[in-house]
Amino acid sequence: MELLRKERVDRGIKVRTEGIYAISGWQEMLYLLMPRLLLIVGLLALPLILGPFPYWKRVINMMCAYAILSLSFDFLANYVGLANLGSALFTGIGGYLSAIFSLKLGLPVFLAIPLATLMGAVLSTLLILPTLPLRGVYFAIVTLMLPLLFCRIIEALNILGGTNGISGVPGFEKAFVEEYTVILVLLGFLFSLRRLVNEDFGLVLRGIKDNDQAVRASGINVTWMKAIAVFVAALLGSFVGSYMVHLYMWAGLSLFALDFSVIPIASVVIGGGGTLVGGVIGSFILVPLSEALRAFGTLRIAIYCIILTVFIVFKSEGIMIYLQRKYHQFERWVKV
Amino acid sequence: MGEIILEVQNLSKHFGGLTALNNVTFAVKKGEIFGIIGPNGSGKTTLINCISGFVRPDEGRIYFKGRDITGLPPHKIANYGLARTFQIVRPYYSLPAYKNLIIPLFSPRARKMGGWRGGGKYGDRDAVAVDILEELGFERDSRVPYKLASSLPAGYQKRLELARCLALRPELIMCDEIFAGLSMSEVATLVPLIEKLKMEGLTLIMIEHRLKELFKLADRVMVLHFGEKIMEGEPYEVIEDERVKKAYIGEEVF
Repeated sequence: MELLRKERVDRGIKVRTEGIYAISGWQEMLYLLMPRLLLIVGLLALPLILGPFPYWKRVINMMCAYAILSLSFDFLANYVGLANLGSALFTGIGGYLSAIFSLKLGLPVFLAIPLATLMGAVLSTLLILPTLPLRGVYFAIVTLMLPLLFCRIIEALNILGGTNGISGVPGFEKAFVEEYTVILVLLGFLFSLRRLVNEDFGLVLRGIKDNDQAVRASGINVTWMKAIAVFVAALLGSFVGSYMVHLYMWAGLSLFALDFSVIPIASVVIGGGGTLVGGVIGSFILVPLSEALRAFGTLRIAIYCIILTVFIVFKSEGIMIYLQRKYHQFERWVKV
Repeated sequence: MGEIILEVQNLSKHFGGLTALNNVTFAVKKGEIFGIIGPNGSGKTTLINCISGFVRPDEGRIYFKGRDITGLPPHKIANYGLARTFQIVRPYYSLPAYKNLIIPLFSPRARKMGGWRGGGKYGDRDAVAVDILEELGFERDSRVPYKLASSLPAGYQKRLELARCLALRPELIMCDEIFAGLSMSEVATLVPLIEKLKMEGLTLIMIEHRLKELFKLADRVMVLHFGEKIMEGEPYEVIEDERVKKAYIGEEVF
């Protein structure tokens, strides 16, 4: 009987292009560019493709919003080593700020969003700052707690509209502006974060994840670096918050909802942590899935949980890492 | 020689009821190799942790180049030019060896000093990192500097730890058991490197359990026992001292 063995062979292009830049022809350039182009063109074309289905067109916005939150979680968790359990803090603060800016100060949408993004990020970073010099689970606990705290404060003091929220926030003028704002911002954040983590600054952050004591001994202020990283992550989250406020023309307590903290984590788990794109792909699967499961009523959450569990058990590395491996290697059967 | 670079005065540290360091005073001269020995648990690593700022001492003062550095955070002390290695080697496993050096090269001190050994512009950190590694025996031709830190053998990982210190361009390096866990041949490659660093004017403090190698390298040796300094002197004096023998081998009680 003939014995066969499966052999995995690396295509070699990835290895050659990491650090030494030896691309020999247009095929190899195309090989490297294809996945990126697929994502960019696919995303830009999505609103056009889904034109005849207005309901699903609305889902694109949420898909992209959650994708940005996943980017923020993936960046902090897998490049800085901070487990952020409260992306909802960022969305909440960014959202309320944007509502205040456009209603109280009368700023137009395209001024309110960037301003709320920036101010929200500063404010969130200041709130999280006390936990940054500490090591261990404190960051996770405090980030989990802060959105709940804000929720209760707004509820108890009946400020910022209390449980009714702030309504009458100006929305986007046209549907395509709504869609392409979030799509372009997502692409911008994705590629600039990818660049950032490969710069020297990003290497220092990855060093903090591996061994923060050694980074400290290398003369780098770890708390300061972590604060910058949290600021970057909060920037992404606050943008999502302020975008959603203008999308729904309403700011309320649901901006601090647990969904904004949990779904990005699930997306990163499904998509593959540490790849940045993984979280984006994860939320492109999870968000439409959760919409499609609406027909099941309350059972939706149960089905959602089962799908998540199956993924974690059978493909714990995540879709993106699996795809990357398949793309860069090919398999063949060889005689033993 | 002769000029004092590091001065430790009456340093004490207690962890609860345990006295890790008790009134330790010593001074290190510029350009020498200063050995610190002592049995397990005698407070050697605590001493280094206190000097490098990872642990705040209860009493006493530490002066580096005349500047009081007691209680400063580790990154500030490192930026003054006082580097340290860790007893348990933990490189940044997910990064290639040369990328491990980017992190100290990113520090304010390294950026201000520029270049490596005074030469070269500071534009390309990667190139500087590979230069430093090559000097520590990472053969550039065999592509060792480009390998993942986690895939390197123990001897290389120890030298990577040293390289991480050198990238800071320090004036004083504190080595915490740099020979521990190395084979004889790996130690043999490390000893000339340390001699070379001394020749170049660097000051070294070495904590060591491999006394044979230490006594060959060190100019002066201090002995700690249960957090107290029992003696200080040239290696041959220390070897022959009765108190040191007792501390290492133990005393007859009966």
